[in-house]
Amino acid sequence: MSAADTTRNIAGREAAPPRPLLHVILVRPETMTLALLILAVIVASQLSPFFLDINYILRSFTLSAEFAIVALVFTMVIIAGEIDLSPAANMALSACLFAWAQASGIPMPVAILIGLAAGLAMGALNAFMVIALQLPSIIVTIGTLTLYRGLAQIIAGDKSIRVPDWFIGIDKVLVLGIPVPVVIFVVVSLLLGLILAGTIFGRQIYQIGTNEVAARYAGIRTRRIKLVLFLLMGLVAAVAGMMTASRLGSVRYDLGLGGELQMVLMAMLGGTYIFGGRGTILGTFLAAWLLVVVSTGMTVANLLPAIQLTVLGVLLIVAIIATNFIYSRTQR
Amino acid sequence: MSEADATPLISARDISKSFAGVEVLRGVDLDLMKGEIHALLGENGAGKSTFAKILAGVHLPTRGTLALNGQPVEVTNPVVAQKLGITLIHQEPISFPDLSVAENLVLGRSEDGWFSKVPWAEMTREAHRYMDLLGVHIDVTRPMRGLSIADQQMVEIARALASDSRLIIMDEPTAPLTPREVETLFGIARRLRDEGRTIIFISHRLEEVRALCDRVTIFRDGDKIATDTIGNLSDADIIRLMIGRPLKEYMHKHSATIGDVALEVQGLTLPGVFYDIGFSVRHGEIVGLGGLVGAGRTDVARAIFGVAPAESGTVKVNGKAAEIEKPEDAIALGLAFVPEDRAVAGIFRTLPVEQNITAAIPGKIAPAGIIRRAVEKSLAQDAVKKLRIRLASVKQPIGELSGGNQQKAILARWLLADPSILILDEPTRGIDIGVKAEFYDMIGELAAQGRAILLISSEMPELLALCDRILVMAEGRLTAELSRAEANQEKIMSAAVPRSQRVEEAA
Amino acid sequence: MNALRSILVRRETGIAVMIVLFTVVVSLYKPQFFTLNSLRVILLLTPLVMIAAMGQMLVLVARHVDLSIGSMLGLSAMVTGMMFRDMPGIPWGLGFVVAIGIGALLGLVNGALVTLFRLPAIIVTLGTLNLYRGLTFIVSNARQVDRQFIPSELKAMSQTSPILGIPWIIFMAFAVALATYWFVMHTRVGRQIFALGSNPVAAPLRGIKVTQVTLLVFAISGALSGLAGIMYASRWGFVNPSNTGFGFEFQVIAAVVIGGVSINGGVGSVLGVVLGVLLMGCVAAALPLLGIPGTAQGAIYGAVILVALLIDRSVRQQGIAGLRIARA
Repeated sequence: MSAADTTRNIAGREAAPPRPLLHVILVRPETMTLALLILAVIVASQLSPFFLDINYILRSFTLSAEFAIVALVFTMVIIAGEIDLSPAANMALSACLFAWAQASGIPMPVAILIGLAAGLAMGALNAFMVIALQLPSIIVTIGTLTLYRGLAQIIAGDKSIRVPDWFIGIDKVLVLGIPVPVVIFVVVSLLLGLILAGTIFGRQIYQIGTNEVAARYAGIRTRRIKLVLFLLMGLVAAVAGMMTASRLGSVRYDLGLGGELQMVLMAMLGGTYIFGGRGTILGTFLAAWLLVVVSTGMTVANLLPAIQLTVLGVLLIVAIIATNFIYSRTQR
Repeated sequence: MSEADATPLISARDISKSFAGVEVLRGVDLDLMKGEIHALLGENGAGKSTFAKILAGVHLPTRGTLALNGQPVEVTNPVVAQKLGITLIHQEPISFPDLSVAENLVLGRSEDGWFSKVPWAEMTREAHRYMDLLGVHIDVTRPMRGLSIADQQMVEIARALASDSRLIIMDEPTAPLTPREVETLFGIARRLRDEGRTIIFISHRLEEVRALCDRVTIFRDGDKIATDTIGNLSDADIIRLMIGRPLKEYMHKHSATIGDVALEVQGLTLPGVFYDIGFSVRHGEIVGLGGLVGAGRTDVARAIFGVAPAESGTVKVNGKAAEIEKPEDAIALGLAFVPEDRAVAGIFRTLPVEQNITAAIPGKIAPAGIIRRAVEKSLAQDAVKKLRIRLASVKQPIGELSGGNQQKAILARWLLADPSILILDEPTRGIDIGVKAEFYDMIGELAAQGRAILLISSEMPELLALCDRILVMAEGRLTAELSRAEANQEKIMSAAVPRSQRVEEAA
Repeated sequence: MNALRSILVRRETGIAVMIVLFTVVVSLYKPQFFTLNSLRVILLLTPLVMIAAMGQMLVLVARHVDLSIGSMLGLSAMVTGMMFRDMPGIPWGLGFVVAIGIGALLGLVNGALVTLFRLPAIIVTLGTLNLYRGLTFIVSNARQVDRQFIPSELKAMSQTSPILGIPWIIFMAFAVALATYWFVMHTRVGRQIFALGSNPVAAPLRGIKVTQVTLLVFAISGALSGLAGIMYASRWGFVNPSNTGFGFEFQVIAAVVIGGVSINGGVGSVLGVVLGVLLMGCVAAALPLLGIPGTAQGAIYGAVILVALLIDRSVRQQGIAGLRIARA
């Protein structure tokens, strides 16, 4: 905008022209995610013909499905302007409690309830510190992540706790040829996607994340919405923890270790804005698949797990730089 | 201007400034002489603060040149300004609350390297010296946090002295001060002038400008309108120059029939903030709430609306006692609150205009929790039409709209909630003069529809023009209730001045 | 009277009292806690944390956070250890230069990402936490550097003592703390770090070069992590790609926040952090005596962080501003 063409032009200062639709679609971060996903699939299929086998990809996905499910809720927490780094530790603690309970003879359904209740309680503790005490969620959840993981270590020690045979292998069960964890992920994605995009609850999450003070003034129940999000986070993490227990067949305190990175990565790759107010479930959904293709591709290419870690770290930083760049370009 | 040094300290030529293509300052020429106190006057948004910030290096001019003592200079940032001897003192001084007063004084002055030693003893001594020079008693070793605003301003002035500033710009320094503090400030300002320094004084208060300043420059809508010796201008002249038309044209008043009491407040108290506030507003009535900034007006409104509830006292809505603990409660009772700071408490900057407009009526756009986009869009578009909001599309992020149109959208948000009681906190702050008149019409119309309106404003003409009754607050207490007939600027002002000070001065 | 009051309400006094109370209570229960030997144990637990805590303190004061210190420690220790292994006869003192240099470089990368792209430090350092850990595996080929390759002079620093049976590395840690004290109290840039954290908006208006200061803070955090890395090699005599420095960030953050460094920036003292580190050391030393398994340590760090947050909140009357992820 040059200064010359706006001299005293009242109409010009009132409003900018709307952007063309194509432009709007092209600069959405989800478009970037989709393009990367397609690119990744093409590159990976050059690497190995396995990648054209949908079943292979589905099976690979089950390894990350738990994190992917939690990442969906994580996305909503970020959009609401908060952050929760504790869900991976929550997965470990609720799974440990569940496994410890059933190993000490408590009936299975009760043990599952204990696990779920523990997850909710952990979400509630985060919520209490962040909402009632108004402490910043970054530091609070760094603290609770250490605490939850530490408690898991106290409960399980250095041993693994086995779970009953019938409980093992959720990832091997197929529905219409699709592994159950993938089905759950897709269903949860659809559900949360519809809630976030189509309901007043979802709308208000965006409003809180954009301007929490204004949201309070507009009568939006910011505390209640955040409470729901933290509780949902806790519950979903507990479910994910038990799904992991089922897949691995046993529980150790280091279950889901490093999951924070995966979840943050999925949300950031999917174009969720780290400062809140922007992002979609679709983005995280696509990013989860992207991440699985990249991880599996690296495994197929015989890269050491350590190198994969490096790649993921780089990917996170690149993703957040790119997302911030896109948003800064499209928002004035 | 006793000293007749012919070269101006600062010569500004053709200074213009645009923000995002909007010109807020156009071709300003101004000479500031040595040893004068020069007032910049104008309405909010007239460009006086922008001009001051350009002098202080906070903003770069889009066009134009500055000369200091006849030498062309480029003031590229505040640090350069400081080196050139130009200091801007903000209304709420910018400070480092965790550092000591002495450190705040010298920070940023030194050219020394990163690892050079901090001369604590010398620093403290020097800070003491400047405080003594100003005749104020502040422990320079204590942290800034917790100092009164007046003391913080003194630290800023001391900082200006420490860097031997030749030009000191005070941007509305008196608004948060008590009269006694104002007197101290004026005494110091006069002394600095007599030392040959130049002071720019930005204020809304004509009597202060008369008491202190030698010359005045009046801005309107980004243009410099006039510069003259203060004695040559009457108050009426100044007001005419500032608003560009006689005051009378503002007088809009729709005749509304005044009905039953809609909002009644009794004994509302939040210790340390406001005490024993009691008043009522009737349907169809516009009640003004005046006073100085910091008198507690906004806090009372926030308490009534449940943002920061009072500790004791009662609020009755339509005759029934109301328990309002959070904004939701207030909204359910038919209250609405357009807050003072649009950017902080009003808009969702990056969200579409329509989502901003419908934010307070979730029940209407999503009866079963699921948003009905057609309903939302038509509600938003109707509101846009009715309030004449200028935009390209309701899908546009609201941040792309001008300030006045953003404010209209916030008003639209609350009108959709169909409130019976409307609290407006400085509704026309930072809004173009033309749009302001539209707002006055709208407020009158809303009262005519039978809504009760509580209007908080610092602009006395606004209160006088619009309100049926005017309440005035000072130091957290109600000090006057004036009917439309008896209200005038003097009465409002004298009630707004903190009482404890007046008693002392009378004694 | 006023001076006494101001001492009493200081955070440092609070932690000192906590240390004393803790020692008294544990000693009543287990008298062997109150011996010189156990003081030696406590002190031996602290040097690495103390050194890294000085860096983390600066980062927090500047309103950022550095989660990657454990990985920076690991990577610089690994490179240094490999240098000792693969270049026998290299002067062992050079290890310090290399470890500190690598750490500083890694910290600089963190700082550059935070300042150049205006990213929140928490996400950046979560990324580099994994990135640097991965690099540690890559450079080492996932192999440990064993005991026989660590120079004996270096290992001796953790065992031999100039005085009172207190090993060299403890003196080094206190020397670092003293240097940090001098740095934050008596150099201009040290004060600028506090100014920046106290009011980031005003800082550039007063000529503080925000980018450079932020880079410096992260570089110091990295350099001190590097120093802690070579001291790890000295203390434990090996460098392992997965264990060395793993989870170290939580210990350090816990010690720093209990030491009174505000998560809102601008506030923190070296003395407080030193006491915080000692308190954590006391707790860690008391655990085995009290029959609490070492696995409980993680939970304790977490609880300490949360308790420190609560103390911070109740100490400040105005409460903590509704700060979210800090926008750079």
